[in-house]
Amino acid sequence: MYKILDKSIIGADEMVLNMGPQHPSTHGVLRLKIVTDGEVVSHIEPIIGYLHRCFEKHCENLSYEQIAPFADRCDYLAAMHMGHAYAISVEKLLGIEELPSRVEYIRVILAEFQRISSHLIAIGVFGLDVGAITPFTWTLRDRERIIDLFEQVTGARLLYNYIWPGGLAHDLPPTFVNKALEFLDYFEPQIEEYNNLLTTNKIFIERSADVGVMPKDVAINYGVTGPSLRGSGMPFDLRKDEPYSIYSKFDFDVPIGEGLMGTVGDSWDRYYVKVLEMKESIKILRQALPQIPDGDVQSALPKKIRPKKGEIYSRYETARGDVGFYIRSGGKNTPTRLKMRSPAYCNLSVLNEISAGWMISDVITVLGSLDIVLGEIDR
Amino acid sequence: MTSALDYLIELLAFTGLDHSILVVLAIHIPALAIFLVMVVNATIAVYVERKVAAFMQDRLGPMEVGLFGFKGGRRFWGGIGQTIADAIKLLTKEDIVPDNADKKLMLLAPFIIFIGAFLTFIAVPFSENLVVSDFNVGIFYIIAMSSVGVIGIILAGWSSNNKWSLYGAMRAAAQIVSYEIPIGLTLLLVVIVAGSLNLGDIVQWQADNRWFIIHSPFTFVAFFIYFISVVAETNRTPFDIPEAESELVAGWMTEYSGFKWAIFFLSEYANMLIVSIVASVVFLGGWLSPLAILNIGIPESWMILDGPILGFFWVMLKALFLVFVMMWFRWTFPRLRVDQLMYLCWKVFIPFCLANLFFVSIWELISGTIFR
Amino acid sequence: MSKELFVKKYSDKVEALDNGSFLVSYEDWKDMSKHINKIGFDYLMCITSYDLAVDEKLGLAYNFYSTDKKEYLEIRIEFHNSDKIFSVANIWRTANWHEREAYDMMGILFDGHPDMKRILLPEDWEGHPLRKDWKEPDFYNGMPVPKDKSYWE
Repeated sequence: MYKILDKSIIGADEMVLNMGPQHPSTHGVLRLKIVTDGEVVSHIEPIIGYLHRCFEKHCENLSYEQIAPFADRCDYLAAMHMGHAYAISVEKLLGIEELPSRVEYIRVILAEFQRISSHLIAIGVFGLDVGAITPFTWTLRDRERIIDLFEQVTGARLLYNYIWPGGLAHDLPPTFVNKALEFLDYFEPQIEEYNNLLTTNKIFIERSADVGVMPKDVAINYGVTGPSLRGSGMPFDLRKDEPYSIYSKFDFDVPIGEGLMGTVGDSWDRYYVKVLEMKESIKILRQALPQIPDGDVQSALPKKIRPKKGEIYSRYETARGDVGFYIRSGGKNTPTRLKMRSPAYCNLSVLNEISAGWMISDVITVLGSLDIVLGEIDR
Repeated sequence: MTSALDYLIELLAFTGLDHSILVVLAIHIPALAIFLVMVVNATIAVYVERKVAAFMQDRLGPMEVGLFGFKGGRRFWGGIGQTIADAIKLLTKEDIVPDNADKKLMLLAPFIIFIGAFLTFIAVPFSENLVVSDFNVGIFYIIAMSSVGVIGIILAGWSSNNKWSLYGAMRAAAQIVSYEIPIGLTLLLVVIVAGSLNLGDIVQWQADNRWFIIHSPFTFVAFFIYFISVVAETNRTPFDIPEAESELVAGWMTEYSGFKWAIFFLSEYANMLIVSIVASVVFLGGWLSPLAILNIGIPESWMILDGPILGFFWVMLKALFLVFVMMWFRWTFPRLRVDQLMYLCWKVFIPFCLANLFFVSIWELISGTIFR
Repeated sequence: MSKELFVKKYSDKVEALDNGSFLVSYEDWKDMSKHINKIGFDYLMCITSYDLAVDEKLGLAYNFYSTDKKEYLEIRIEFHNSDKIFSVANIWRTANWHEREAYDMMGILFDGHPDMKRILLPEDWEGHPLRKDWKEPDFYNGMPVPKDKSYWE
């Protein structure tokens, strides 16, 4: 942290630097209004809304079934998570307690694959933000294989519309399990390669350790969730704390930031938590894949979604954190109000708190470590 | 060591013209040659860099544009015509000048950078006799000329009237001016040992004794300090903070396009070649064959490789290897932050250089009295 | 249990709803929010604004979570759209953006918010689109808004 000069001594002005909406490392159309003193940043104001697609307004005019693909489009890097989260919330609203266990297994497997693929983007892009280009292409190469798996299952590569409230769009292809296991065998050693290339690189550690330290209480106060919160040393993961779906059946750990290279809660910790989480996802997948039960994936699909009057708030752990759907139903087939609590929206709001006082390069580092997706922030 | 310019003047002497006119006439031929070297170097280096990057990143790189019908496809020479196509594209592209830019300075800046690289080539020896002009103070001239470029960078950043460019220019100025010092100090060390500023004399000293990189522990360290510093001086990753694309978009080049931007690129790759040649001449024995230092068990017939004809080959081999190492850096390392870069220079390299300078003097004194 | 602490203190002021949430009046919200924070609800998950579409009434739903005790609390406030609600942005700083969004989308006014302005919509936007009485304007910044949408449906 650099001491900001007292401007009254030298009569210097601060410069407003406008980073974005078109900028290589604002991860989309985010605009940052940065007040700088030379290289040192004294205040950052994120300006969002450039990708606002009226998700919540649309939802008020669409039936519950029609919202599912819109929910996918919110977080386009983890569309499966969004579909799953939305499906869970509608099931909660409808009072569907029990789903066929094949549905739950397939959902969990795809969600964990999605978590790996989203984290692969996150760590690759974080490397790109600190200037290392090769890790990005390596992680994208491996993400491509996950996308191929998804393509095989759902027919789509980015936005799947596969998980529907009450079931799935269709069943798994017969060769999926073998291909998925094959991928896991290939992918597990790759994590070590990323660690060799990027995680333990001296320059990378210099750039990210001790930068943008987010203490635990600040993180909670700002509503930061997901890997960013866990990077601050808070073992909070909905999959573990309040298991939805069938996560309680699996054995996995919740990695937290330990300050291995610097302070607990620095950018390096937020990055490394994602690397460790990929290993945990592999653990879950290795347990889940061999024991998918037989059954019909569409038997629980409701014929018509027309929930009773009432409100629910449901939570789900996506790759970026705690997504919440607050749905008010007026007894019709469209929700009266649907609010999505977007994790990246809350994670981004902490940016000024943790990166003011650092340099321009560090703002990019911190932003990269928070792993935001503008589609989800702007909705 | 005779220089190409002297040779040309002798060659043109039959015309009977005055010596001063002959110099003016003769100077055009090496100038053209230097320009060709720069262009060819940039064309090949860009292509190689893209292929090296592709290899390291597990992808194919350029593979579509062929040359005279050689398309290559997925093989390593695939897309061999890509840089030529890119060059043509850049030269025919619209030259965009922002409304609020200082148009004259903006036009001037790329040429100053180009001239810096161009003039440096005059003293750069490609082989024993293959040098445009053989200065007595060759090293000094190269150090002086290679810092001309920074004026162009500041000018480019300032005249673009863009905050990103300005940041890039300020960073570049601080960085290049700082890294001049360790470069100067490491070369000074060599000069102390060899006792001459002339590059030919330095290589001759290495021929008489041994290559500087293995001469003493201090010159060994000095080589690495020199090489890291020149990577910083040429703004290559991990020291590419002036054009840091994830922070400053394109740094001081943000507002440039087309031809002017192509000139920046030309100069960047020319600078890479210059510093690599200087490194290979000063530390790695220049045009001396590496076979000479391991002359145990090598058949006599191989020693033809040690001959004067192959001087150019050895210089370029060593230099291009260093260029490759620079590319290797670029596709492996993240970027340092601006204060870490300054820290590295002022608190690590310069004290080391000064200590090095002191100890190498003692080393020479002792080894000179004991072993001679 | 934190939730009981809350109910005990404000038993006469809260109205329990059937899904376990509490309806409170907006005048009491200032005291209550501070108390809620004190009894351990350190994580404000979400602030949802909604339009009741009767008597120009709007509502806010606050979803709290206690990271220590793993407890949930939902507080709802329903009020007339001209009432000013106490801003909790200084207690849970995550509320800063949530309240800006509630203002942006629903036109709810907050009292004591540090930086109240639109967040997702452009600054020159007129009206609050998630209100039930919101009508699509004919012109936006002088540009006609296409009404015939048959060509993209």
